[in-house]
Amino acid sequence: MNGWPVLSLVTWAPFLSALVIMAFGRSRPRLVRWTALAGASVSMAVALWLYATYDTVAAGFQFYERVSLVPSLGIAYELAIDGMSLVMVLLTAIIILAGVFASWTVKTRDQEFYALLLLLVTGVFGVFVSLDLFIFFLFYEIAVLPMYLLIGIWGSSGEVRPQGLFGWAFGRTGVGTKEYAAMKLTLYLLFGSAFILIGMLALYVAAGSTSFSLLALEAVDFDPGLQSWVFLAFYIGFGILAAIFPFHTWSPDGHASAPTAVSMLHAGVLMKLGAYGVIRLGMGLLPEATTQWVWLVGGIACINIVYGALSAMAQKDLKYVVAYSSVSHMGVVMLGAATLTESGLNGSVFQMFAHGIMTGLFFALVGLVYEKSHSREIFKMGGFATMMPGIAVAFTIGGLSSLGLPATAGFVAEFLTFIGAWSSAHSWWLFPAVVGAFLTSLYVLRAVRAIFWGPKSSDPRFQNLPDAQGTEWVAIVILVGVIVLFGVLPGLALGPIDTSTVPLLVRLGVM
Amino acid sequence: MGLHAYLALAAVVFAIGLFGVITRRNMVGILLGIELMLNAVNINLVAFSRFNGEVTGMVLTVFAICITVAEVALGLAIVILLFRTRRTAMADHVDWLKG
Amino acid sequence: MDQALVPFALITLLTPAAVFVVLALVGPLRRSGRPAALLSIAGAVTAFGSAVLLWSRLDAPVQRVWAWLPEAQGALASVGILADEQSSIMLQLVTLVSLLVQVYSLGYLSDEPAAALGRYYAYQSLFAFSMLGLVLAPNLVQLFICWELVGLCSYLLIGFWYKKPSAARAAMKAFWTTKAGDVGLLIGIVLLWRQTGTFDFGEMRAMVEGGMVGVQGLSVITFCIYLGAAGKSAQFPLHIWLPDAMEGPTPVSALIHAATMVTAGVYLLTRMAFLFALTPDILHLVAWVGAGTALMAAILACAQNDIKRVLAYSTVSQLGYMMAAIGAGFASAGFLHLLTHGVFKALLFLGAGAVIHAVGTNDITRMGGLGRRMPQTMIIFLVGTLSLAGVPLFAGFLSKEEVLGAVWASGLTGPFVMLLLGAFLTAFYMFRVVFLTFFGTSVENAAGSAHEHGEHRGAHDPPIAMSGPLWILALAAMAIGIYFTIHHPEVEFVAPGWLAFTATGVATAGIVLAWATYQRELINAESLARATGPLRRAAAHGFWIDEAFLGIYRGVLMVLATTVGWIDRYLVDGVLNVVSAWTVAGGDGLRKIQTGHVQDYVLAVAVGVTVVLLWLQGAL
Repeated sequence: MNGWPVLSLVTWAPFLSALVIMAFGRSRPRLVRWTALAGASVSMAVALWLYATYDTVAAGFQFYERVSLVPSLGIAYELAIDGMSLVMVLLTAIIILAGVFASWTVKTRDQEFYALLLLLVTGVFGVFVSLDLFIFFLFYEIAVLPMYLLIGIWGSSGEVRPQGLFGWAFGRTGVGTKEYAAMKLTLYLLFGSAFILIGMLALYVAAGSTSFSLLALEAVDFDPGLQSWVFLAFYIGFGILAAIFPFHTWSPDGHASAPTAVSMLHAGVLMKLGAYGVIRLGMGLLPEATTQWVWLVGGIACINIVYGALSAMAQKDLKYVVAYSSVSHMGVVMLGAATLTESGLNGSVFQMFAHGIMTGLFFALVGLVYEKSHSREIFKMGGFATMMPGIAVAFTIGGLSSLGLPATAGFVAEFLTFIGAWSSAHSWWLFPAVVGAFLTSLYVLRAVRAIFWGPKSSDPRFQNLPDAQGTEWVAIVILVGVIVLFGVLPGLALGPIDTSTVPLLVRLGVM
Repeated sequence: MGLHAYLALAAVVFAIGLFGVITRRNMVGILLGIELMLNAVNINLVAFSRFNGEVTGMVLTVFAICITVAEVALGLAIVILLFRTRRTAMADHVDWLKG
Repeated sequence: MDQALVPFALITLLTPAAVFVVLALVGPLRRSGRPAALLSIAGAVTAFGSAVLLWSRLDAPVQRVWAWLPEAQGALASVGILADEQSSIMLQLVTLVSLLVQVYSLGYLSDEPAAALGRYYAYQSLFAFSMLGLVLAPNLVQLFICWELVGLCSYLLIGFWYKKPSAARAAMKAFWTTKAGDVGLLIGIVLLWRQTGTFDFGEMRAMVEGGMVGVQGLSVITFCIYLGAAGKSAQFPLHIWLPDAMEGPTPVSALIHAATMVTAGVYLLTRMAFLFALTPDILHLVAWVGAGTALMAAILACAQNDIKRVLAYSTVSQLGYMMAAIGAGFASAGFLHLLTHGVFKALLFLGAGAVIHAVGTNDITRMGGLGRRMPQTMIIFLVGTLSLAGVPLFAGFLSKEEVLGAVWASGLTGPFVMLLLGAFLTAFYMFRVVFLTFFGTSVENAAGSAHEHGEHRGAHDPPIAMSGPLWILALAAMAIGIYFTIHHPEVEFVAPGWLAFTATGVATAGIVLAWATYQRELINAESLARATGPLRRAAAHGFWIDEAFLGIYRGVLMVLATTVGWIDRYLVDGVLNVVSAWTVAGGDGLRKIQTGHVQDYVLAVAVGVTVVLLWLQGAL
């Protein structure tokens, strides 16, 4: 298969199935689902093939493709992956496959739903595989924009709470509705994109306006002053997507309102685009600015970890708990990156993968619980384990991974990050990180107990709820399996990751 | 008579037209006001053409007259349509674009 | 090193793991109940057999590791096995008790639905694997992994009857409390790695012996590691989870919360003794806290009426003894007590389980005269009690004497007195249980309800699945006691000659007091309770330590969380929403300008153009 445009295949397969769905899927629900599944499966199969054939000894960028688009401006369709993006591609493939299964029961406008979902995934794949900054940005926008429609049309509105301090403002903006969430998310992310675009163009111009290629830009030694502000632009722009404090509030609202598969993709993969962008563009292209600004990145990450965990403890809505836990865990990702150590950076990328799978699982399960009980209020539920044992077990495993229990992927990521944090120049970062892990155990186990354990709730809504069925099982089993597999054998992912983090650290001059 | 006299005439006609457009309630009246404003411009064009010895102004005036005719035809058609659907020719009864 | 023994260690470790994987993945087998149980027991037998073989052939430490976390310059962390004298003995204790408990559970849990039974045995196998992995761990990373996994098993098994709210609460409490200690342990491990550059016990020991580890900052590290050990081994003030953990099935309490998991902290400190020796101040802390825990838990045990809670506090107390010995600098004495305690405490719990199984209540004040109906159980329980009380010829005598001797030898008079007092109370509260349960008249005959009355009369010795393991443990406890009486183990310190007599005397005094109070009733129990006055009231509330933690949770953590939640909603997000609402409101205001009347627009344009023209002319 060498010489084949495999990366294009992985990227465009979902897009092709989206086209087929739009063309032939009108009122043919089975065709829609099987076409979507086919697209996702092709991506999954190719991603596995990529994983199997990626040469970890040679390392570096592989499976290179290039088609010149606008030669006069130096824009080219240039794709390649290294160890880090390989793992991210694998993550995306797993999540979309599980997401297709998890949304099998979508009823309204399923044709458009699946088409948009697959379009979004095309964008995500594109970001992870592209080397050209112009194409990167194009894919980035493709990944962000369908979200508005997906949440606005298929989302669910939560409790509208226009009371208390600023009640008039909340009523005015419609806090709690899906339209509000969709608009908030889109505005935030587009606000971020503006920073990214400015940063990219600044680098492009500073490098002589000849090429948008990452490889070409890597070779340029930018002026430290330019580096400094471009790094900040990238950090804010991508950081918004990675939910850095204080730009994180779109994420709980967005995730709570989004339909199951969209939450899975968004928390599981899209938030990683942000962290990936900071590492790939921010740290990869701007070595001096990176060492200049890590104190900020790491400090904010620490706030994220503790603040997100405490916020999660204060929530009563299950989706908000999971969403705030994502804010907390993205802090671990950013912290690992900011340590500028091999362990920390490996932990950061591993956490992207681990958290992606884990939060995907969480949202799939929360979606199932909501679909069956029509409630997200944690403290009104109770004793669900007798009715839905499978969901209870899977939720517990997800929760354990979330609190960093060994033998799940979460532990490896957190452990590596802790090691990195203590070895970094700012060793105090270790303490908020560890405390965050402890706080996670508080809110996760509390939720597990309140929902699944204890005596059965007497609420008439919660009687005779079914367990997961059919395709839902497939989604759950895939995700749980991956969590445990990579927790027991972390080398599977760490091998490729290490081949890309070490050169990055060498470029940064810290190894 | 100098150029100034023509310009003054044109200004007066323009002002009268503008006043009509702003104050008339009847839409036909507004259209008439617009006609006056257009003709004030035509006067200007012809006067400058005459005093500067250039033919361009004349040519432009001919075009302007043609366009005015078309505009009046269109305007009247809109007024008639409005009258048919809304049973009114009063401008302040038509506020569909109100914010 | 003799690599031929590696397979034995691997079989011991991986058989329970394989059983767990099979039970977890093959749903029908798990849900079938008894077949799952038999598979799990077969796994335990295999593990025990190969552990014994390993121990009998071991003459030098065996180590084998595999890379686990790869990095560019070799593995950051590895997993593997380290079989030396300590771990191979500990292996036998774990596999033996685990095997016996699994057999015993067949009888004890015979009324459970098949699916629940299968789940129970899956957890049991997972626990066996995790505990064995902890014992065999060659480095701190694997130890921590298994450390957390046994914590998970403890959580799952305490919450085995998850429909009971109290069980669900207790499981969560156990996990949180030990996890709080684990925060310390994890920090300690990371800090220690930075200091020494390795996780491996052997390499670390070599560095310490070579004097290559700086003492600077080492106290912080050992303190952090001790925190983890204190959480797991229920040292004051993190002991609060252990009494509540009795919500789990009794065999679980015997295995996890008496014999094996709770001793993990002691085992860890034994493993790291070479490092702790460099920080004498932390060792003193360990000794004082250990002795304090021993005495405090003994006092608390006297005030309990629930037979399992008495045993739980007694476990806390005995863990305090072990820790005190380690703190005195003689880890081997603590380790010895760990081993003997593992045997006789498992025996006591299983015996208590037999009693509970027979009468259907945990309350000792509602038992009585059971000795006539359950003679076997009484004998077994008596053996365990005598061992725990530290009566000569029984298992606990020598190990307790060694602990006392170790503490005395290192000049810690305060802890020594506390431990001696604890020994007196131990004898007292255990015989209080024995007299109230097995002797005297049946209280139930007078006051019990009709249903319990009938059950009580039908109380009899347990079936063979339960009594078999009990007899084995009882014989083991006696064999150990007699063996130690003949072959006095070598000690690293000189214990004073009067110590054995003092220890025996103290134990006898405790027994006599219990006998006089609860059997002969020469001393009125009520007046005895009144004599201790406020202490007893405080003990009945567990010295309000639970309340203190609850206060911290509710008053500090939850308040902090609520505050942060409020800040997030009303400040971070609120400011944004206000700006957004202002924008919307501004739009609403500006909308008024759009009247929809064409003439207004024309007027605006005319005025605008006029103003622009005037401005261009310089008139404005």
